[in-house]
Amino acid sequence: MSAPSIRAVELAKRYRINQRAGYETLREAVARAASAPIRALQSSRGEPGHGRAGALDGYHWALDEVSFEVTEGEVVGIIGRNGAGKTTLLKILSRITEPTRGFFEVGGRVASLLEVGTGFHPELTGRENVYLNGAILGMKRSEITRKFDEIVAFSEIERFINTPVKRYSTGMQVRLAFAVAAHLEPEILLVDEVLAVGDARFQRKCLAKMEDVGRHGRTVLFISHNTTAITRLCRRAIWLDAGRVVDDGPAHRVAAAYLGSGLGTRAAREWPELATAPGDEVVRLCAVRVRAEGGEITDALDIRKSITVELEYEVLEPRWVLVPNLHFFNDEGAYVFVTADFHDPAWRRKPRTAGRYVSTLEIRGNLLAEGGILVGAAITSFNPDVIHLYERDAVSFQVVDSLDGDSARGDYAGPMPGVVRPLLPWTTERVE
Amino acid sequence: MPAETEGTEGDDRSSGLAGVPPAPPLEALHSTGDGSGRILARFPPARGGSALRLHELWSYRELLYFLVWRDLKVRYRQAALGAGWVLLQPLLAVTLFSVVFGRLAGISSGNVPYPLFFYAAFLPWQLFAYSLAQSGNSLVSNERLITKVYFPRLLLPAGAIIAGFVDFAIGFLLLLGLMLYYGMVPTAAVFALPLFLLLAVGTALAVGIWLSALNVAYRDVQHALPFLTQIFFFATPIAYPSTLIPDSWRIVVGLNPMAGVVEGFRWTLFQEGHFEPLILVSALVVAVLLLSGIVYFRRVETTFADVI
Repeated sequence: MSAPSIRAVELAKRYRINQRAGYETLREAVARAASAPIRALQSSRGEPGHGRAGALDGYHWALDEVSFEVTEGEVVGIIGRNGAGKTTLLKILSRITEPTRGFFEVGGRVASLLEVGTGFHPELTGRENVYLNGAILGMKRSEITRKFDEIVAFSEIERFINTPVKRYSTGMQVRLAFAVAAHLEPEILLVDEVLAVGDARFQRKCLAKMEDVGRHGRTVLFISHNTTAITRLCRRAIWLDAGRVVDDGPAHRVAAAYLGSGLGTRAAREWPELATAPGDEVVRLCAVRVRAEGGEITDALDIRKSITVELEYEVLEPRWVLVPNLHFFNDEGAYVFVTADFHDPAWRRKPRTAGRYVSTLEIRGNLLAEGGILVGAAITSFNPDVIHLYERDAVSFQVVDSLDGDSARGDYAGPMPGVVRPLLPWTTERVE
Repeated sequence: MPAETEGTEGDDRSSGLAGVPPAPPLEALHSTGDGSGRILARFPPARGGSALRLHELWSYRELLYFLVWRDLKVRYRQAALGAGWVLLQPLLAVTLFSVVFGRLAGISSGNVPYPLFFYAAFLPWQLFAYSLAQSGNSLVSNERLITKVYFPRLLLPAGAIIAGFVDFAIGFLLLLGLMLYYGMVPTAAVFALPLFLLLAVGTALAVGIWLSALNVAYRDVQHALPFLTQIFFFATPIAYPSTLIPDSWRIVVGLNPMAGVVEGFRWTLFQEGHFEPLILVSALVVAVLLLSGIVYFRRVETTFADVI
């Protein structure tokens, strides 16, 4: 019989709404102390209730009576959108902060990974940072020494191990930090969304390493809003929303429910109700989806592979020439490009009959720069010009560059400017 | 579920949920480091445990070592003179004060040459001032660590003081060199020196712990600290002998632990001045301040990550 490894009992965490905005100055504390008798009088008339009403008196319940039990060796995913309380839960379980109410019990050494490279010091070398970071994560010095070669090999930056970390590119720092974290061997491992960084190949390597950890009987709590990673790594998932457990069960079922709720990935948006969908009496938008080369819907896309964006719409009124068009913006709000379907010979200047249509755009690999892309979806007619619909932030996705040397960045690992990153042919010949 | 300590006996799935679950000692968590035990540790622990939890600090000694090691490694990186600053700083201070106080102001330093008289007091003062500045800001300057990983926060102000100790050791060699240069040989009284050193460290730790914890909530501390240190410097007989202090102020100055420390240093090294019994009172004050500081610190440390 497996023993419980983590047992959370009615965990609740309350934050003062402005608590995170800044610290109190001495002057404010004095003012607060002076007004204490008045507040004491007020609170004697009615203790502010526990729960939603709390927000009224300047408090916010980041977690609200969360209870669950995890048995030894279980790998559990925690999903939920931003602000759902995932990180607060992890901070409580890793003892960074105390719950306002409730308690939890753990059976074994706990290590938490809320961030990659916690405590990395830019002035120290890679080697020194491996030791420092390892110690901060709870490893013993002898343990680090024993695993040192393995860590360095995993990070793939052997050549720079004696160089100060401040000379590393972000990618190299992430690799080294991951390598240290991947070699932690606690009984219970708590991992926050750290896998969202790094290039796709290295991410896969880390995921594989984590699967390994799970197989060795260690308990893992893994937080993510990437449902793909959750379903791959975990058999069980807990869905948190507004500080409460919405669902707890088999990962596939919970992930599907989460995605269905519309809180999941931003790589796909659906409007099941035609009446309320974007559009007019001519055409209504049904869905916008971003797919990777293999066809799966994902918001993390390899820079080298082609990306398809599809527009599904219902034509209600025939005889219109419809031109679907897509608008791409980057993280900084720059208008990267706009593209419209003028050229498909099957439909060029031809009106459409009523019915359901899917128009698909393919963006070839090695074109977009890495980073976030926001996609606006529109359907327009010309002569007369009518914009039937324009959904500004329909979907979004992340382009992830490769460090394998075969993308436009080649072997360069540092930051690269530009709104596009095409891979273009170069030639060099000796002329003298 | 197998339970190996008395504390978790009977704490099965059903009983823990309703009643007050027994609280195993916090240290239980760390005794399972080898992965053999299956002891449940409860957080937050139920009331009644040891307030200081010194046992936990001990189990984190390796992290303390690495934090100190980091501070030392980083301190003089990218400084052309590197660790040379450890010697250069006191040498410059001795020169400056010898000229201004020794020559220009003509302050008498008794039978001891002024540079030696000054440095014997400045050395422990420097340890105190540096430790205080570092530990006072230690929590705020390690905000990233505090919000991302758990460890007893007391390691930060404590570690800051240990790092200052290395400077002291080097400075002490310089002091011995100066004594040789001036032809002075320490007597057997020098063996009492560690006691005064302990008092200096204790004072820095006590004040540092209080200020670092207060600094998390009130950043006023970090603005006030340099001025307070400077005022304290002139209120302590470092650049001048304690004989210059009017009798009516003797008791007030005697209660200043650092006054006791610097006088004690001079007394043990040169038999200059005399042993002031008031130092016992200030030592007691420091002990109370230190103990209450640790208790206060451990009480509020769980909120640091939320407030910082």
